[in-house]
Amino acid sequence: MEAAAIEHGHDEHHGPPTANVSSRVDSRLLGIYIFIASEIMLFGSFFTALFFVRVVVPHESWPPPGYHLPVFMALLNTIILVTSSFSMHWALQSIKRNHRAGLIAGLSLTFLLGLTFLLIQMREYSRLGFGPGSDAFASTFFGLTGLHGAHVFVGLNLLAFALVRSIRGHYGPEGHDHLGVEIPGIYWHFVDVMWIVVFTVVYVI
Amino acid sequence: MRNPLRTEAEAFSFVLVFVALAVVVGLAVWLAGPKVGFAVFLALTIGIGVGLFLKSDPKVTEPAVWDRHRPDGVNRILVIANETVAGTALRDEVVSRARDGASEVLVVTPALNSRIRHWTSDEDGARAQAQDRLEASLASLGASGVRAKGQVGDDDPLQAIGDALRTFPADEIIVSTHPPGRSNWLERDLVGRARETYPCKITHVVVDLEAEREAS
Repeated sequence: MEAAAIEHGHDEHHGPPTANVSSRVDSRLLGIYIFIASEIMLFGSFFTALFFVRVVVPHESWPPPGYHLPVFMALLNTIILVTSSFSMHWALQSIKRNHRAGLIAGLSLTFLLGLTFLLIQMREYSRLGFGPGSDAFASTFFGLTGLHGAHVFVGLNLLAFALVRSIRGHYGPEGHDHLGVEIPGIYWHFVDVMWIVVFTVVYVI
Repeated sequence: MRNPLRTEAEAFSFVLVFVALAVVVGLAVWLAGPKVGFAVFLALTIGIGVGLFLKSDPKVTEPAVWDRHRPDGVNRILVIANETVAGTALRDEVVSRARDGASEVLVVTPALNSRIRHWTSDEDGARAQAQDRLEASLASLGASGVRAKGQVGDDDPLQAIGDALRTFPADEIIVSTHPPGRSNWLERDLVGRARETYPCKITHVVVDLEAEREAS
């Protein structure tokens, strides 16, 4: 009996003391904010290169003569990605209401929409008729859209982790119990916003 | 500047804003050509940046603890102080209010920390120092016959008051600071902001530690 009590006491004091956490920002959320801030600067450098090529290199028209960008397919991709933000938001709202089926359905839909976006982009790359090494415009085009595609790929991985965990019964409606969905959600919306800017700058203007 | 991406829901609303802006830019390109569209894009981008920077924090409506009915007749005093927590002026002020025995006193010492340490969650040292000052203050009040409890609070004193009020519905708040010119809290108008935010009596006590040391 005494041995059991001692063993129990030993278990209670195992491990480091509880860390102090500020009441204003969770360290995991702070991590994603810093990461997104660095990503904005990374995208900013690619946008700068695109604007530089457009302003400095004299062209009669934009895109330069001989290039035809698939605007319709890009618009379709934009609609797909914006729709995926809605499904992501639905997923998080579902778990906040303790509706697990909605969470799983929302994450699944978001994942499928993101995958569709990526497949369409890869298909368009193969049909463009020019490559990253063709000239400066082509380099900046592939650099910017490819950088975004890489971010979609990372987002899909995060969504896959969240989806598997939600199927296994993780996450809950209280407090930080759904932070594992909220953080990929913030990242996914960032990727979506970035695509809207990329689409506007590369395909529309 | 308020962080516009505090939650997924706010990030989602950001998506909607950018969709609307893309539609506006698209219309400008369609109606007036790419150059005008680019100008609209630049203007909107700068506008969003400036708008986010200027957007102030939402008005704090804190907290509903005064609505609770408290028939116990106990006078609850919340003391917020840090370096001045052991000052004689503050102790005398608290003792004069709480000596009757029908009062409860909660002393909160914010864990003052540097910005960089705060953002890296390196708060252990600041909390330990605040805890030391708090214990000295509670011992001093106890020796004067005042029943007092204490806790270490957030490094933002206004936040620390709000946190404390959620569990301690104070009738009066005593804010202790250094004299004007030497007080960061007064520089940030802590007392004024506390009076705007919390609808109860707020007393400002100035503690001049240097003068007290010289006098003793």
